[in-house]
Amino acid sequence: MTAAIEFRNVTRSFGSVRAVDDVSVEVAAGEFFSMLGPSGSGKTTCLRLIAGFELPDSGHILLDGIDVSDVPPYDRNVNTVFQDYALFPHMSVAQNVEYGLRVRGVAADERRRRTDEMLALVKLGEFGERRPQQLSGGQRQRVALARALINRPKVLLLDEPLGALDLKLREAMQIELKALQRELGITFVFVTHDQGEALSMSDRVAVFDRGRIVQIDSPRGLYGRPRNPFVAQFVGGANVLTSELASTTLGVARPVAIRPEQMRILAAGTATEPGWVACAGTIADSQYHGATLRVQVRTPAGELLTVAQAEAGATDAATRAGTAVQVTWPRESVVELEADHA
Amino acid sequence: MNAAARGAAGGTGGWSRALSSFFYRRPNSYILLLLIPPLLWFGTVYLGSLFSLLLQSFYAINDFTAEIVREPTLATYKQLVTRPAHIDIVVRTTLMAITVTVACAIIAFPLAYYMARYATARMKTYLYVAVLLPMWTSYLVKVYAWRLILAKQGILTWFLDSLGLTPALDAALNTPVIGGPTLSSSYIGMFIVFVYMWLPYMILPIHAALERVPRSLLQASADLGARPGQTFRNVVLPLAFPGVAAGSVFTFSLTLGDYIIPGVVGAPGYFIGMMVFQQQGTAGNIPLAAAFSVVPIVLIAIYLSIVKRFGAFDAL
Amino acid sequence: MRSSFDKATVLHRLAAAGGIFFMHFPVLIIILYAFTTEDRTYQFPPPALTTHWFTDAFARDDIWAALRLSFSVATCATLAALLLGSLAALGLARSRFWGKEAITLALVLPIALPGIVTGISLLAALKLANVELGFWTIVLGHATFCLVIVYNNVIARLRRLPPSLTEASMDLGADGLQTLRYVLLPQLGSALLAGGMLAFALSFDEIIVTLFTAGHEKTLPIWIYDQLFRPRDRPLTNVVAVLVILITMLPIIAAYRLTRSTDERS
Repeated sequence: MTAAIEFRNVTRSFGSVRAVDDVSVEVAAGEFFSMLGPSGSGKTTCLRLIAGFELPDSGHILLDGIDVSDVPPYDRNVNTVFQDYALFPHMSVAQNVEYGLRVRGVAADERRRRTDEMLALVKLGEFGERRPQQLSGGQRQRVALARALINRPKVLLLDEPLGALDLKLREAMQIELKALQRELGITFVFVTHDQGEALSMSDRVAVFDRGRIVQIDSPRGLYGRPRNPFVAQFVGGANVLTSELASTTLGVARPVAIRPEQMRILAAGTATEPGWVACAGTIADSQYHGATLRVQVRTPAGELLTVAQAEAGATDAATRAGTAVQVTWPRESVVELEADHA
Repeated sequence: MNAAARGAAGGTGGWSRALSSFFYRRPNSYILLLLIPPLLWFGTVYLGSLFSLLLQSFYAINDFTAEIVREPTLATYKQLVTRPAHIDIVVRTTLMAITVTVACAIIAFPLAYYMARYATARMKTYLYVAVLLPMWTSYLVKVYAWRLILAKQGILTWFLDSLGLTPALDAALNTPVIGGPTLSSSYIGMFIVFVYMWLPYMILPIHAALERVPRSLLQASADLGARPGQTFRNVVLPLAFPGVAAGSVFTFSLTLGDYIIPGVVGAPGYFIGMMVFQQQGTAGNIPLAAAFSVVPIVLIAIYLSIVKRFGAFDAL
Repeated sequence: MRSSFDKATVLHRLAAAGGIFFMHFPVLIIILYAFTTEDRTYQFPPPALTTHWFTDAFARDDIWAALRLSFSVATCATLAALLLGSLAALGLARSRFWGKEAITLALVLPIALPGIVTGISLLAALKLANVELGFWTIVLGHATFCLVIVYNNVIARLRRLPPSLTEASMDLGADGLQTLRYVLLPQLGSALLAGGMLAFALSFDEIIVTLFTAGHEKTLPIWIYDQLFRPRDRPLTNVVAVLVILITMLPIIAAYRLTRSTDERS
């Protein structure tokens, strides 16, 4: 099956900075695909390359198998929901939503019918005559969504659309967006720097670092089998033991990752269970997070390990700074990593 | 979207899309297309004429035929800097520019300070417009108004008379150099008009600079024990100074180049601007006029470099 | 919250009021003088008031001719400035290329250098090129700094415009021309209007450069200027002065309010 989007060795530089560095990736039709990474990692540039706001310096971009490398944005069957929503302030909500149809010459009554349909879909049926300035952030975002979807694009691009919303609203919108995508069946490409968001919504996630994709996998795959220290720490936070420490405690010559929730803190001198590895250390600090307790333990070698355990049962005395403890984890939870790319 | 669908869906027709797509692939040609007409105009008309002015200042006029000899020479500049009459003109103009600048600063500051510090928000908008309105009024009309005011039986004489200050006025008019037969033909009169004309140009930058001083700084100064006068000297004045410097750029350069005010309200002595105007007119001595107009440019450039050190550019 | 810390003393208030009065009274005087019956001196206070100078002025052919000329020059200069200034602003707003700094600096010069420099340069260049001075040379000079006014207004507005708006328009299927028509021009409309009105007022009122480039033509300001040295039609000059005040100040006020309201809305 032809991929909905394909990048073939795409590079885009701004001056001396390589925003996108020889990236090749395929996005399948109908999937919810996220691009995750810190700011400046190239994910937004990739999105803009798909939309057509940037032209690649080298390489090819294909939509549905057709090379669109020099096709303008208005001729691509792709629509974007912008980070700042980009609603036209001099038009009403309805005029904003029908804009794509209007510039393509669709008749007025057809436009009105589809606009009403779209506004109902995003639950803004009564807001047609309002101006964007009169709407809240969440409402504006839904107008932006309606405005993009009314054109029935094959691919919908979303550029960190939930960043400006508060936590509760953001979580609600995540569920809504996922449901919408399933209902419509079109390809969503979602850019975010929030790994929790990417994990909860996506079919697959591409992790970006400094212009390159370092790993593409399903959310479970990314979390359970991170490829290198960057991914391990960016997605979900992990303790990364450097090669030296890994070889002393585990006899492994590569860096390894262990998730904080896989570790346990035991009183110093407790016997290790079979299949588990132990390491001595002293408590440096702890943070109470309601359901969990996070404790930082410093090893004799100077490394800081973070352990996350259920709050129930931990006493103040057991987690006071300076207490000597033992950190253990099952040997099989350890993930071996490749070195970070240069 | 294939080409057929593209064409069918085109709103304004295929040519508009084709044109847009052409420029989409060539962003640089698009910018070039936008910029060529204005830059061509600007380049030839404005920059070209500036260049020709500079060029002509290096020509000289043949005293006998009164024709411009189009050969490069420094004779005109030499004439400019060696003839005492010419030097007088430059000195006179510069002195006036400096005194006007100082006077404007002294008068503008309290007004700007009041606007920034004591006016309520609503008053501020009114005051702001009140300062802008005279700035927007026609330049020539303002000059003409002062001609009326300073005239022998005009309002100013009437006003001073009714206050019994006529002897003071006469004494002022009798002062050597700056006095004259009437206010409207003396340096004093000219000075008053200049100060009036450029006052808004000084008020606005000072006001802007003062607005940027956070109230918390003044309160902190008082909290640390400084009296109002000390706070003013140590906190307000240094922070407002870039605004004064910025305003002074306007008053200095505007006075330096003006030729109408000295002609309408002035003493017999020539100013740079008048010299330029006169030389190109009857005398047809464009090279000398050009050389004279280079003087304000040079002086302003020097002034700008001095004033830059006081942060005027940040306050502009 | 107004504390006593911020209270102005009576002295402060008087000084401020005095300053404002000083800045306004000359124009008010002119308006007053347009109604005086005294026609030979600038006597104050005016012996009596009349409006017949207004009717006299409107019967004068030379005043009408000067008025018409000023209007035509201002209109032509403004139109040229609107076109060229907008093109320049669109080209420079978000582009990066070698020489951009120099161009931006050059565009400040007409306002930064004294008017006399502009005037003499234009004259010198025109004489060198053997061009006859007249209507078009006046327009030439005016259009040049009117261009800068329009450019400043439009580019300020463009810089406040989020680039995502034009991108969104193209993303939704509108090509360059459609984007210009449906998105850009509506957003720029107020800036163009304000810039145009300012340019018109500036051109109408212009005297400093015009005296150099007008040749034998007489714009309204040149008419007033001539009167300054030939005080034969004193009261008529006052009337013309009031006319100039009205024609130039109204567009400027309108432009100011327009720019302020778009600032508040965005």
